[in-house]
Parts: sequence; C-alpha cells; structure tokens
Amino acid sequence: MTLPPFERFYDEHKEEIYAFLVRRLGRDRAEDAYQETFLRALRAYPKLRHGEHLRAWAYTIASRIAIDEHRRPRADADLPELASLDGRPAFAQLEHLADQLPPTERAAVVLRYGYDLDYADIGAALGSNATAARQAASAGIRRLRRKEGQ
Amino acid sequence: MTPVSAELDRRFRDAAASEHLLDVAYDLVDTPIGELLVATTDRGLCRIAYDAEPEQEAERLARAFGVRVLRSTRPIDPARRQLDEYFSGNRHRFDLAVDLALQADFHRRVLRELARVPYGEVVTYGELAARAARPRAARAVGTVMNRNPLPIVLPCHRVIGASGKLVGYGGGLERKETLLRLEGALL
Repeated sequence: MTLPPFERFYDEHKEEIYAFLVRRLGRDRAEDAYQETFLRALRAYPKLRHGEHLRAWAYTIASRIAIDEHRRPRADADLPELASLDGRPAFAQLEHLADQLPPTERAAVVLRYGYDLDYADIGAALGSNATAARQAASAGIRRLRRKEGQ
Repeated sequence: MTPVSAELDRRFRDAAASEHLLDVAYDLVDTPIGELLVATTDRGLCRIAYDAEPEQEAERLARAFGVRVLRSTRPIDPARRQLDEYFSGNRHRFDLAVDLALQADFHRRVLRELARVPYGEVVTYGELAARAARPRAARAVGTVMNRNPLPIVLPCHRVIGASGKLVGYGGGLERKETLLRLEGALL
C-alpha cells in the first residue's frame, strides 16, 4: 500500500487520536499534545516506506507525547513517574526488543507494556477490538519468551 | 467523544505550513466561475484546478511534489486575495510566485511567455509559439495551454485560434468567454 497524502492520514485519524489524548491528559493538555503529535508525524511521514499500520503508528506517537506531557512538571499537579529501567523509559527498551515481532504483535506489545494503554485503545490503534488486541499482545509475549529461550 | 474543534484543526494546519513542513498546501477558493482548488509549494503556486475532486487532486499533488500534502488556508491567502481582486476587476496583473520546476523546458518557456500576455489582450497559438522561439509549434503550444497547471494566473484564456475562434479551454469554453469578457477583450 502506497503512502497516502498526509491530508488523508490526518483526516482519518485526527478524531480518535484527539479522543485518546483527552482520555490520557484531560482536555486542556490534550490540545498541545494533539498539535505536537501531528507535527511530529508530519516530520517523520516522508520517511515511512509504506502506508500500512498508520493507525498504530499514530497511536505510538501520541502515546509517547502523552508520556512526555505527564513527565513535564506542572505547578498544579503531581503526576507519578512512569516505571523505567536503568533510567531508560520502559517503552524505549521494549520498542527495541519487540523489533523482531510481526507488526501487529509488535504494536500490541509496545502499546500495552511500553505505553500502558488498555486493550480497548490498543484495539482501536490496530483497527480491531480489545479481544484481538489482548490476543496479539500475548502472542507477542510468547514469541519473545521463545526467542529469549533460544 | 469531544470532536476536534475547528480552532484546534486550523491551528495545526497553520503550524504545519508556518514550520515549512509541507510539500504542498492547498485550499478551495470560491470564484464567480466556480470553486478552484489552489495549491502552492514553498517556491510558489503549483496548481489551480477547476472542478477538482480534492481527494484525487491531493493524490496527484502527492505523486508530483511529495506526500506531505495538507489543506491549509493561510499559504493560499495571497492567491485568494488576488483572485478576488481580479474577479472584481480591480487587478490586472498577478503578483504571485509560481513553481514550474516540474514542467519540461519547452512548457516552461511557453508558460513564461504566456505570463507576459497583458490583461485584456489576446494572442494566437502561432504568435505565442513565435514568442517562445518556436514559430512552427502552434499545435505544441496548444498542448501546453491544455495542460497549463495554473489557469487564470497564467492566462491561457488569452490564447485563441488564428481565425479568431476561442478554440478550447481546459475549464470549458464558457469560462474562457467569461474571463475574456471580464477583461474587456470580448464584447
């Protein structure tokens, strides 16, 4: 599948990405995160080699930005830090580890364990549903375990 | 679910353009001869289309100029303003940069000559060929006019047949007539 014009990518995903950011950050902070998500997507867009898994890609960017937003110190709120290993954020390690997985499993594992999304959101990101997302994530984890055992 | 507000959507589209992240920005412009799709790169106007299907036109622009094609109002504002002035009779020359980088040499040369044909005057295909240093290429000039990427701004409506007939126009002869009448070149 060839990469569609950015307009189509944006138009197809903007509503659900915004809704996702509102759920994660609340309405006030979601607006800046929304802008940042799509600007970041726009910068990276020409480097994509094909038009597959664009929705999962959009959710990955939005999740990363939501995490950055959470980390940002705010005068009016104390937000807990996300778990990290050796000072590196969990999602950075996972993305690297999960590189060898098939795309759907990879996206499910990274979004679940790296970004702490619930299965409903992951289902939305993958264009399926919560059940399929849970299955993809556990299939991915099993595959990673097998690889580790090798 | 809270929908993306028009304000938030516009802010993103403005930011994308002002940070120079777009290969092409486009918007729709209302005119007395119908809605135009007007597109620009950072170098200048690259497309004016009559009766455009925005989605198909976005695909074409992406293939030609790069995938970062986005509808964005602000980069098109100068063209919109000048087209408004033109259609209200208050502008006789467009002062807009054009991007002809993707045109073949001959096309570019003919289009540059075309841009010099003044408001309210007409020229024949053969004369325009001669001005582009190819006096016998009237037919080829016809092809260039037919594929003009920037009608109105590059005034292919001012090019007519040797017999005085209007001959043809990419947007339909009726529009050619309307434009020439607006300019006082036709009674």
